[in-house]
Amino acid sequence: MSVSRRVFLRSGVVAASAALLPRPVRAQGAAPRVVVVGGGFAGASCARALRHTDPRVAVTLVEPNVTFTACPFSNGVITGLRELSAQQFTYERVAADGITVARTTATAVDASARAVTLADGPRLPYDRLVLAPGIDIRWGALAGYDEAASAQLPHAWKAGEQTLLLRRQLEAMADGGLVIIVAPANPFRCPPGPYERASLVAHYLKTRKPKSKVLVLDAKDTFSKQRLFQQAWSELYPGLLEWVPLSKGGQVVSVDATTRTLVTDFGQHRAAVANVIPPQKAGRIAEVAGVADRTGWCPIDPVTFESKLQPGIHVIGDAAIAGGMPKSAFAANAQAKTCAAAVVQLLSGKTPSTSKLINTCYSLAAPDYGISVAGVYQPSAGQLADVPGSGGVSPVEAPRAARAAEAVLAEAWFRTITTEAFG
Amino acid sequence: MRRVVAAAIGLGSIAAALGASAEPPAGAASCSGCHPTAAVAASPVPRLLGLDRAAIVRAMQEFRSGKRTATVMDRIAKGFTDDEIQALAAWFASQR
Repeated sequence: MSVSRRVFLRSGVVAASAALLPRPVRAQGAAPRVVVVGGGFAGASCARALRHTDPRVAVTLVEPNVTFTACPFSNGVITGLRELSAQQFTYERVAADGITVARTTATAVDASARAVTLADGPRLPYDRLVLAPGIDIRWGALAGYDEAASAQLPHAWKAGEQTLLLRRQLEAMADGGLVIIVAPANPFRCPPGPYERASLVAHYLKTRKPKSKVLVLDAKDTFSKQRLFQQAWSELYPGLLEWVPLSKGGQVVSVDATTRTLVTDFGQHRAAVANVIPPQKAGRIAEVAGVADRTGWCPIDPVTFESKLQPGIHVIGDAAIAGGMPKSAFAANAQAKTCAAAVVQLLSGKTPSTSKLINTCYSLAAPDYGISVAGVYQPSAGQLADVPGSGGVSPVEAPRAARAAEAVLAEAWFRTITTEAFG
Repeated sequence: MRRVVAAAIGLGSIAAALGASAEPPAGAASCSGCHPTAAVAASPVPRLLGLDRAAIVRAMQEFRSGKRTATVMDRIAKGFTDDEIQALAAWFASQR
């Protein structure tokens, strides 16, 4: 993108000129500068929380997309329960909070000079940097699964065109077809996501193409909300949904995109529609900035979310190694607000106070069948650990009315959290 | 959805409340993931800002003990001590 096409949204009191200085030099008493890279649940929430916590902080949010497309509830888009537009949000209200929204990509970070290099703009100096890059796909980590293959075997693990591609493939499939979902080993974005997807695909098949079947080939033997999902599957989709764990030969070792063949150590499965959820890592800028370790994810201090590898750089959301906290939108939003408070305290020369964080995550086994997991976390031995005795999943024994109530709460959660981050 | 977002626009957020001079107590920042901060919000989950302090304490204690029926709040309340519940209640009661 050329400089002339670069769009900076500015508003109000932002010290935009200060933020665009080529060198990280600032006068005594000038506004502290925080750059946030990535405009998802983590980045957008953090940028807003920074401004609201201390309006003196000059915040720049670096995000190349004009529209954010949310992953939570995108399994409903795949299965025709909602439209992609219900997942999409702009950054207008974020900019209206006095945040400079830089519509470009961060390409490099100079941690010692404390500056971010943009794809098509000036270097952005910062006093504190927050990286919220989400995930990248590890192309090639699963043999045969590269970016070209994802046009045949969509991952649909970053919402948008991939979501619509998988939906179109399901819609085009003849009744009687086999849908295969390939689930990765831990860790990955949205631990219950593959199983919610399998559930809603089964719901779609049951109502539209009842001679079809969905098969989950899993690189794991256990998964999030497992008992609840399996109970729902036997109740709602008997004979229609089959889960093959690692120990029963579920691990896919290679794929052939042209024939939609998924190869395990035990045999081959040919799909009418194949959804490959591949291995993942922290978004690219994390590696470039030197905050990702050999696992591909980012170790952080559990109080401040500051990188354990690079001082002055904080990492939040899916990219971070957050101990017991899952890679969920709720966790990203909670981490964002906790990190913002810590950053403001650090900029004021104070010692950040230790907090507790919450995660709540709903999944749908059917449009009117919700289940949840919740957890409370605190810093412990350098990690975020579950508070003993707290958290857990929905009761296994519960009337359908309770499942219906959780489905309603799931939608309410989506409205509330997207309003806080983008509305 | 759009209408809900539009309705909430301009009405502030929990983060706005964070601007108060007192720092929010442990755990407070997470609550607005489910509890709306907008004065008008389409959610069955109650807004916490400005609620009665004693009512928040009672609710949290009853969620924790299992006396009050809950969906997720029983599991969440178990992660907080009496002192933390008191601090959360005082803080939310003081917010608008």
